[in-house]
Amino acid sequence: MIQLRNLSAGYLGKPVVNHVSLDFPAGQVTALLGPNGSGKSTLVKAALGILPTMEGEVLYDGRNIRQLSPKEIAQRAAWLTQSRDTPSILALKMVLHGRFPYSGYPRQYSREDYAIARTAMEATGSLPYENENVRTLSGGQRQSVYLAMTLAQNTPTVFMDEPTTYLDIRRQLEIMNTARELAAQGKAVVLVLHDIALALERADRVAVLREGALVSWDIPETVFRSGVLQQTFRVGLHRMDTPHGIRYYYTEEAE
Amino acid sequence: MKSLQIFSTPRGKGLFWAGLTLLTLAVSVLSLGLGSVTLGPGEVLRALLSGDAASTAGRILHFVRLPRLCAALLAGSALAVSGTVIQTVLHNPLASPGVIGVNSSAGLAVALVCAVVPSAQAFSPLAAFLGALAGVGLVVGIAQSTGASRMTLVLAGVAVSNLLSAGIDAVVTLAPEALTGVTDFRIGGFTGVTMEALAPAAGMILPGIGAVLLLSREMDILSLGEELARSLGLRVRLIRFVLLMLAALLAGAAVSFAGLLGFVGLIVPHAMRRLVGEESLPLTAGSALGGACFVTVCDLLARTLFAPYELPVGIVLSFTGGPFFLWLLLRHRGGKP
Repeated sequence: MIQLRNLSAGYLGKPVVNHVSLDFPAGQVTALLGPNGSGKSTLVKAALGILPTMEGEVLYDGRNIRQLSPKEIAQRAAWLTQSRDTPSILALKMVLHGRFPYSGYPRQYSREDYAIARTAMEATGSLPYENENVRTLSGGQRQSVYLAMTLAQNTPTVFMDEPTTYLDIRRQLEIMNTARELAAQGKAVVLVLHDIALALERADRVAVLREGALVSWDIPETVFRSGVLQQTFRVGLHRMDTPHGIRYYYTEEAE
Repeated sequence: MKSLQIFSTPRGKGLFWAGLTLLTLAVSVLSLGLGSVTLGPGEVLRALLSGDAASTAGRILHFVRLPRLCAALLAGSALAVSGTVIQTVLHNPLASPGVIGVNSSAGLAVALVCAVVPSAQAFSPLAAFLGALAGVGLVVGIAQSTGASRMTLVLAGVAVSNLLSAGIDAVVTLAPEALTGVTDFRIGGFTGVTMEALAPAAGMILPGIGAVLLLSREMDILSLGEELARSLGLRVRLIRFVLLMLAALLAGAAVSFAGLLGFVGLIVPHAMRRLVGEESLPLTAGSALGGACFVTVCDLLARTLFAPYELPVGIVLSFTGGPFFLWLLLRHRGGKP
């Protein structure tokens, strides 16, 4: 399990995230919410060791992240990025790179790596275009290839930074289902989301960031009732019992 | 960039590599045979196998054409692989050792060594390497301190490149006797190259290319973007540093005996990317072979087009490379770079 203890992190000596303490428990989907610029991505990058911590610590199963090599971190936490430089390579080769943290010299991917990559592509529905160039794929297909690469890394914790952005509704729901399945397998799943309603409906825990500080971290219903989301996003938020379960929706007028 | 789909079948793959290897071999044999004295393939083989340097054919082969062929093969592969590495590491398809000023900084170092300590010419590959290293450091440093956009990098490179070329011209003007075959050095060429002069450069180039091939998986990971590479467990800073060192080593070694050969490091990686895609192992291997082949062809043209007059090979390279570069720029206007 990854735990953040009084963590501050940022860029060029200026902290963006301030004194955040947060756990990402196994078997649960944690949604990370917050307005633009509230430090969600920064928090994730610090948790992955991509950004150095300025204060506090990041613990992986109780060990400080500073004691782990990049490879050891990569075997424990995977990251579905939001911004990317997509190289011109075949989809399967891309997904195979998810096995890089497990490869020793001479860096040849094994038969097992190929099998794991294909299974991951199957799970994200990207297997049909395994032999196509990633650059020629549509946004949604590309996302499923990147997701497959993240799954091929087979880590106990999976971070997804705005995994549903630019996707059609069907794909958004599929991504959320994948997140739930991963949690059911016992993994810790962390989703950075913009859709508050989706987060409240599908996540086990919701963490809310405002201007780099953690202002709420609890089960969805409690966070909803606390009114923190309404204040943070300056919107009205409503809960409704429907034939399809509890649904949340937001309105422009804050109460 | 869309590849030409040659690699869609294993058979196509095999044919491509066999074809490229055969082409390089054929061009090499032609290059040994053609020139002011034409030697048949039989004569070439006999003189090579017997190691006989006494006959006219043997002397021409051993002291003129073989060193030249080796120089062309080495320079072509070194510059092309250097270009591949630089383009991958800097995520910039328009970068190359020539464009970002690595060649000219290596050139300036060589010119300075030759002018100040003429007796130390044997150390020119080392000087070229150090010069190239300084060039890489300068350009990457400038680009990073100003925000590291791809355009800044190329612009900084062009500025540095110009500045250093002026430095070379200054050295050449002030100490005209320092660089024998000055024109050749500035345009790039292989006139008068000897096996003795090539040996130290070869000692840097061959292991250098080998090391790049060994690091091809790391290059693949790096091309996913720095942060993603890091999250996949790559020591990004270390690997990027090592790769840029290797690029400087390769370009520097080539410049030490071939002078400022432009364009090879830019166009060969591009052509190969279209043929074999962006996976680093085939791209690097293809660039090494393709670069060797391309420079050898250009050298052959340079020696034979206006025989008995000889053009510096850099001129032929620029005549073919210039239009290709323009085509690249125009092609990118519509799409994304």
